Amino acid sequence: MTFPISARFQLDYGAFQLAVDLNLPNSGVTVLFGHSGSGKTSLLRCIAGLQRAQTGFLKINGKVWQDTERGIFLPTHQRPLGYVFQEANLFPHLTVTGNLQYGLKRIGKSFATEYIQHILNLFGITHLLDRMPDRLSGGERQRVAIARALVLNPEILLMDEPLASLDFKRKQEILPFLSRLHRELNIPVLYVTHSQQEVAQLADHLVILAEGRVLTSGPLAETLSRIDLPQAQDREASTVWPVSIAEQEAEYHLTRVAFDGGILSLSVVDAEIGTPLRVQIYARDVSIALEAPTATSILNVLPARITGITEGQGGQSVVRLQVGALPLLAHITRKSALLLGLQIGMTVYVQIKGTSILN
Amino acid sequence: MISNRFIRLILATWLILLAPAALAATTLVAVAADFTKPMTEIAAAFEKVTGHTAKLSFGSSGKAFAQIQSGGPFEVYLSASEKYPLELEKSGQVVVGSRFVYAIGKLVLWSVKPGYVDDKGEVLQTGNFKHIALADPAHAPYGVVAEEVMKSLGVLDKLRHLFVMGENISQTFQFVSTGNAELGFIALAQVIDINTGKMGSGSGWMIPDNLHSPFNQTAVLLKKGAENPAALALVDFLKSPVALAIIEKYGFGLPK
Amino acid sequence: MLSPADIETLLLTFKVASITTALMLLFGTPLAWWLARTRSAWKGLINAVVALPLVLPPTVLGFYLLVLMGPAGVVGELTNWLGIGTLPFTFAGLVVASVLYSMPFVVQPLQAAFTSIGTQPLEAAATLRAGSLDTFFSVVVPLAKPGFLTAAILGFTHTVGEFGVVLMIGGNIPGNTRVVSVQIYNHVEALEYTEAHWLAGVLLVFSFTVLLVLYSAFKTHPVAHQLR
Repeated sequence: MTFPISARFQLDYGAFQLAVDLNLPNSGVTVLFGHSGSGKTSLLRCIAGLQRAQTGFLKINGKVWQDTERGIFLPTHQRPLGYVFQEANLFPHLTVTGNLQYGLKRIGKSFATEYIQHILNLFGITHLLDRMPDRLSGGERQRVAIARALVLNPEILLMDEPLASLDFKRKQEILPFLSRLHRELNIPVLYVTHSQQEVAQLADHLVILAEGRVLTSGPLAETLSRIDLPQAQDREASTVWPVSIAEQEAEYHLTRVAFDGGILSLSVVDAEIGTPLRVQIYARDVSIALEAPTATSILNVLPARITGITEGQGGQSVVRLQVGALPLLAHITRKSALLLGLQIGMTVYVQIKGTSILN
Repeated sequence: MISNRFIRLILATWLILLAPAALAATTLVAVAADFTKPMTEIAAAFEKVTGHTAKLSFGSSGKAFAQIQSGGPFEVYLSASEKYPLELEKSGQVVVGSRFVYAIGKLVLWSVKPGYVDDKGEVLQTGNFKHIALADPAHAPYGVVAEEVMKSLGVLDKLRHLFVMGENISQTFQFVSTGNAELGFIALAQVIDINTGKMGSGSGWMIPDNLHSPFNQTAVLLKKGAENPAALALVDFLKSPVALAIIEKYGFGLPK
Repeated sequence: MLSPADIETLLLTFKVASITTALMLLFGTPLAWWLARTRSAWKGLINAVVALPLVLPPTVLGFYLLVLMGPAGVVGELTNWLGIGTLPFTFAGLVVASVLYSMPFVVQPLQAAFTSIGTQPLEAAATLRAGSLDTFFSVVVPLAKPGFLTAAILGFTHTVGEFGVVLMIGGNIPGNTRVVSVQIYNHVEALEYTEAHWLAGVLLVFSFTVLLVLYSAFKTHPVAHQLR
């Protein structure tokens, strides 16, 4: 994998300091994850040029946007980016069309193109074009805001917790649009969030930030299964697997999906064969057996190899496994780990008690 | 028993406190702005001699007139002109027979620049000035007189477009003293040095009385003050030698 | 009824107020913008200076201007040096004094309007390729429209009603510096109450109508709604 986005920033506000040095892919969704105060939003604002780091270097697709050493700083309006704010931040004095055209006029592009029609359809806002922003629901506003950034066909789309201001129902309304955006447009996205659900659902590449520093940066499955990081101990620790629908077992209300190294059975997913899905597997739902269990109610039993073990709190062990090409985390008791004599490199069987389908 | 004595004590205290008040009263006086300085000194002397107090309210005579017409609280009115007291007399606000001239206004043509105004006022004929200040003749007595002087000298029409008009004589003085108007007609009282009896600074021309109609600054006792011993005493005091000396010292003429 | 002299003062007053308002918007807008956006330590000082005419008695302000703009004052020396002559008793001087005197009525509503817009729409505009001047005219001006309207109307009406400052530096010259408020005063002082009533009535009706239109318009103004 190449990393055409290089971002190095140093900010010092006394109480808060940011020091990052990141190389990121320019495809798919890169999630900047962290708690509030971790510096994820500051980092995004530095990339947008909305905030000016004391020391900074930013290169995207071979073009330098910022380099303090050489005195280069492209102001925000000269950076070919799209930005979606936490609040939709539409211009209240312009209609939806006016909002969508605002940026287009400034880059001298026409509104009536196929690409823009495609975006309007993708976000389901064609019927809203003549409305003023105060006549839109929160979810509609945020969809217009995302479309407004996308119609400029930016080189990168920056999203700052675009769902944080929405209630659960509105979030569920927007998430599918974001997934479609992911699949249908080839624009790299930098997505800031503190929601693990959004990470699991959207991230291809995950950057975890804490106290202004990067804890880890890498592909989602790898990053989630890092047992040296505190989040592997979390009760909500999980891994996410990309799968695709392989077979429907209508009589059992099951769907069989293929992943890189095997097949899983899931409760029924109403979609065509070949549809890509994300499956989230919580570490607490994975158990380990030394031999293939012959009589078990659990459908998903897969061969695996142990690639790491670490002792957690409260008599818990975290085991990292490799299933086919994909990593998996298991939370088991320390006693079980001892009784089974688990060692790195051992071949075992994992039983997956539950899965959740993310999209 | 004790309470009886106590009450008597209180009554006695009251009497002691009230006695001077009954003797020394206070009167409220509206004073023309040009008479500010002499009247302040007169009021101080008045208080020393009689024990009464005169509270002074300075301002344009016209404003005081309007206030009195609308039931203002003044008891004595010292106007800069004859006109307003006569009007008040007509409308029955004045104690009959109380009207008298307390001073004769003296006008000077003055400039803040030494040597600018000659002592015959020829600068009005020859001067190359841009502005000449005077109080607004439409309502200010000094303005009326200033206009008469220019008319007598035959320069009124020539100078009219150079007029800058102060709302009252104090403001007119500010126009001239800040140099914004090169010269102007103001009250002698505003520039007199009371130690020498001459103009303290700049240059000026004392305008002879024969160039304008009599400038009789007129006072009246208003009906509101008819029963107030302080008001009555002040009216008398204004005619006393002490007051007249002060009036003269500040550059006013004495009533004939 | 109004005499030709009264009508002259009315026309002059509207001329002064119009030019003054235009100048105040021209200078007040960048000033208000700076005050609304800056974190400079000077902000407090500048705010205080702008607000001074609100507390200073107009005659005091007028007197200072008379001294400052007079031949011995700093401003007077400057204007003399520039060959303009001194400003008191001139139409230009009246406009300069009015601008200073009414400035808080223009700067403060604008500053409040700019502040209430916040940084969000500005950042949104920047991410949509608009430079700062572009953003000002395409976002700030339309969003601050009620503020501009208030500023213009308050600035205009306040200048129309101005009296003390004009009295001090105008010199009451017909057709040049004798504005309607001074004329009303002159009528009152000269005991011409009927004329005073007529002129005051015209002024009152005018000002009331303007303010009524302003405040009724605000109630239903769409932009005012969205600013909430």
